[in-house]
Amino acid sequence: MAATQEEIVEGLAEIVNEIAGIPVEDVQVDKSFTDDLDVDSLSMVEVVVAAEERFDVKIPDEDVKNLKTVGDATDYILKHQA
Amino acid sequence: MSPTNRTVVVTGIGATTPLGGDVASFWEALVAGKSGVRLLEEEWATDLPVRIAARIAVEPGEIIPRPQARKLDRSAQFALIAAREAWQDAGFTARAGEDTSVNPDRLGTVIASGIGGVTTLLDQYDVLREKGVRRVSPHTVPMLMPNSPAANVGIDLGARAGVHTPVSACASGAEAIGYAIEMIRTGRADVVIAGGTEAAIHPLPIVAFGNMMAMSKNNDDPSGASRPFDTGRDGFVLGEGAGVVILESEEHAKARGARIYVEAVGQGISADSHHITQPEPSGNGIAHALQNLLDSTDLKPAEVVHVNAHATSTPQGDVAEIKALWKVLGDDVEHLAISATKSMTGHLLGGAGGIETVASILALVNRTAPPTINLKDLDPEVNADVVVGEARQLPEGRIAALNDSFGFGGHNVVLAFRTV
Repeated sequence: MAATQEEIVEGLAEIVNEIAGIPVEDVQVDKSFTDDLDVDSLSMVEVVVAAEERFDVKIPDEDVKNLKTVGDATDYILKHQA
Repeated sequence: MSPTNRTVVVTGIGATTPLGGDVASFWEALVAGKSGVRLLEEEWATDLPVRIAARIAVEPGEIIPRPQARKLDRSAQFALIAAREAWQDAGFTARAGEDTSVNPDRLGTVIASGIGGVTTLLDQYDVLREKGVRRVSPHTVPMLMPNSPAANVGIDLGARAGVHTPVSACASGAEAIGYAIEMIRTGRADVVIAGGTEAAIHPLPIVAFGNMMAMSKNNDDPSGASRPFDTGRDGFVLGEGAGVVILESEEHAKARGARIYVEAVGQGISADSHHITQPEPSGNGIAHALQNLLDSTDLKPAEVVHVNAHATSTPQGDVAEIKALWKVLGDDVEHLAISATKSMTGHLLGGAGGIETVASILALVNRTAPPTINLKDLDPEVNADVVVGEARQLPEGRIAALNDSFGFGGHNVVLAFRTV
């Protein structure tokens, strides 16, 4: 069953917490991975791989650069999840 | 004094070792003659011919937060812990540039390891084979590169005068400290964070060293397995950890009112050019390094009262080292208290020069030579005064200590420290 927007944000928050140590409650849709959440380009690859597994979605490398905020990633996953 | 011949001093020390997670606990266990060698409890060790090693006393995961730790190879974690301790011990309270205590453009880092991020490399290869391409960590390369500990410490403490990683197997840590002394002496830097680190306790290095017949297989008596200078020695015991010192020009240290532990008198380096793993048996290569040290500094053989020997517990190496001391120092060998601290810590490979430099400095400061444990039957070829069993007091007055480190490839490094 496809995840809801709320579930995706929650899932991304857990992933970002695991990878960058940012408190779950600070991971909001308007937050930038790089500027607000201490996720650099290498850690972003980890976030993407973890999100792919969790939400059963493929996020090709060329699309990753468009995922600036948690909201961008949430919308992408909503649209592309199996 | 000219900028090419400045006096270098030690103002900070840090260590995380099999005997203790900081300098105080390391030194306490060292002078008490404790062994850090244990039977490996990991499942992978069950069927290996060598099942003993000296694991770190305090796991780095207890100190470094997980989000940072997962991007650092274990060797870099050790280096960071030891470097931060040394930095604070030297009286620095902030990253360079955040206050005026040191100019970041005049702060260097030289931290070495013998093998580099070998556990990262091997673990990620397992991930590739077992879980596939996508799961290999994007942090793999910056974790496994041998300069990673130096680079991470340099970033953490704000060092911009240069970050270096000399690699010379088991001499790496000492060579790093020698390189750092030269950076200050020649005027490239005022302060340098220097040392060695190693984290190679993994089945492949253990099996590989074991197949070279270089390691002790005394699995039945882990704490008694590392026995430098003993006739029954059958190879080294692998250890892990890091030792880091803060070296500083005397002028810079005095200007900021820093406590000075000892003078870092200098270093002597040579190469055997003999065999890729066996030491040159007459000790000529090591003697050449020691002679270079004496020729390039004002150190007098009569001042030297203590040697932290390389003495790994291998049959050939332990003897060649003693022969070299006689060749260069002659009768002055008779007033040397020689300690083989690897009998307690195991052999930290590239980390050895780091923790043994810390031990040499503390031996001078506390005027105490740590013991050599497990020495029941002194090899008759070891014609020297080895500190056996219990720590020994060193004389009053101006005294100096040598720290020897040698590595596969024929690398010889001798460092000298002296009371101020």
